[in-house]
Amino acid sequence: MIHMEYYLVVSTIMMFAGIYGFFTRRNTLAILISVELMLNATDINFAVFNRFLFPEGMEGYFFALFSIAISAAETAVAIAIMINIYRNLRSIQVRNLNELKW
Amino acid sequence: MGSTLETVIFYFLAAFIIAMSIMTVTTQRIVRSATYLLFVLFGTAGIYFLLGYTFLGSVQIMVYAGGIVVLYVFSILLTSGEGDRAEKLKRSKAFAGLFTMVTGLAIILFITLKHNFMQTANLAPQEINIHAIGSALLSSDKYGYVLPFEAVSILLLACIIGGIMIARKR
Repeated sequence: MIHMEYYLVVSTIMMFAGIYGFFTRRNTLAILISVELMLNATDINFAVFNRFLFPEGMEGYFFALFSIAISAAETAVAIAIMINIYRNLRSIQVRNLNELKW
Repeated sequence: MGSTLETVIFYFLAAFIIAMSIMTVTTQRIVRSATYLLFVLFGTAGIYFLLGYTFLGSVQIMVYAGGIVVLYVFSILLTSGEGDRAEKLKRSKAFAGLFTMVTGLAIILFITLKHNFMQTANLAPQEINIHAIGSALLSSDKYGYVLPFEAVSILLLACIIGGIMIARKR
């Protein structure tokens, strides 16, 4: 018998690993990977809450589905932006991005 | 017996996901980071299978592992040079990030474990019927999801056009 808190502990650790990566990485693609970790943690939470608290409903299930679809779209646009940055600056490190201001 | 097997699988998946997500954010090379992210996504799909949500797990594998990680690997290979490693952070900044993470983790874990969730008694693994998923996704009744479904499809179209417009050569 697995309690739902165990699942929530796993997703919490995943979420804060993503937050740590978001704070400490200096490559924009690595930051995007950290964002993916955070989104995955929220997806696990949606599915677990649906499964354990409202097993007859399907709200959390569809929230997780739509969240996956929206993160796919977000990744596509973000990677297009990164490739455009690389084409302009020959680098995607965050410290070079202030050149885009002028 | 079945529940013990389930428990063993859950602990294995939990340890796998935790280890891989920590390695994703601490490794120095970005290609390895993307690979560890792929393993985390597979572990998440395993969690969905364990919960009985087979369709969600297959969507996770198809969209994330099949689509998004391939996109990541392509863009990493396009944009990073040879021997590209993560920059060393200043020690104070790394420590500040670690401190924020540990504090937030402690607060959230405390709240989660302290809160008493009202669990339902029925906990047998139940698969959501694929007919139920399809008809709920395309019905406009009270619990229908046709409006967000169409909104997501328009969002995907907008993202395709936006991605082409941003990344094209001028």
